[in-house]
Amino acid sequence: MTNQIATTAVQTSIVVDTPVERAFTVFTDDIGSWWTPEHHLLQGELAKMVFEPRVGGHIYDVGTDGSESRWARVLAYEPPTRIVFSWDISLQWQIETDPARTSEVEVRFVADGPNRTRVELEHRHLERHGEGWEAMRDAVASPDGWTVGLHRFADRVAS
Amino acid sequence: MSALGDGTRRAIFELLADGPQPVGAIADHLPVSRPAVSQHLKVLKEAGLVIDRKRGTRRLYEVDPEGVAALRAYFEQFWNRNLSAFKRAVEQTPEEDP
Repeated sequence: MTNQIATTAVQTSIVVDTPVERAFTVFTDDIGSWWTPEHHLLQGELAKMVFEPRVGGHIYDVGTDGSESRWARVLAYEPPTRIVFSWDISLQWQIETDPARTSEVEVRFVADGPNRTRVELEHRHLERHGEGWEAMRDAVASPDGWTVGLHRFADRVAS
Repeated sequence: MSALGDGTRRAIFELLADGPQPVGAIADHLPVSRPAVSQHLKVLKEAGLVIDRKRGTRRLYEVDPEGVAALRAYFEQFWNRNLSAFKRAVEQTPEEDP
């Protein structure tokens, strides 16, 4: 239902000047080279990010102390055009162990000429996260909502 | 006890994510009586997950749009920021032939 997509999903896209194969490889294999480094749930410092290139694999963060945080399950892996992974992070910034309460992210890589790729991303089923909206609403409604959100993330990481 | 810890309430909540519904329609979709649905809706309302609105003679229940809007705004910013970083990284080094 289009209504559902409009209300509980987020869609965005970006065009990058690189062939589709390379866009796919950097997005997956080199995820640690671009992912906003503050966004991890480890207690300590982030050493690397790993994207396991198969359905049933995980995306996980590894800390400098060797700890791991498996925050996504790879649900589709179709190089070089499509991936789907779960978002196993609750709105309280903790690993969500109940798959019924996780949202999912689909990324499509569409070739737009030999050296250009359109990356289309949809993060859907946000309603599955359920509770926690109030805190999220307050954070986003503040004058600098994004920064507050980041600080909350940082606090979680530091605690 | 969380409002969505109950399977029936979770089913009702996900049904409402598809669009606003009156109590009767929700009861038709699930193996639960109308009074039971009303009771579950009350819990969902108290948890701030669902709101109700009177439309004509009907009362419609829907997922709290303010809550979803905040979630969407948050993730929209999150992904735009992350994809911009991805673009910088992927365009930084020129393609190398192995």
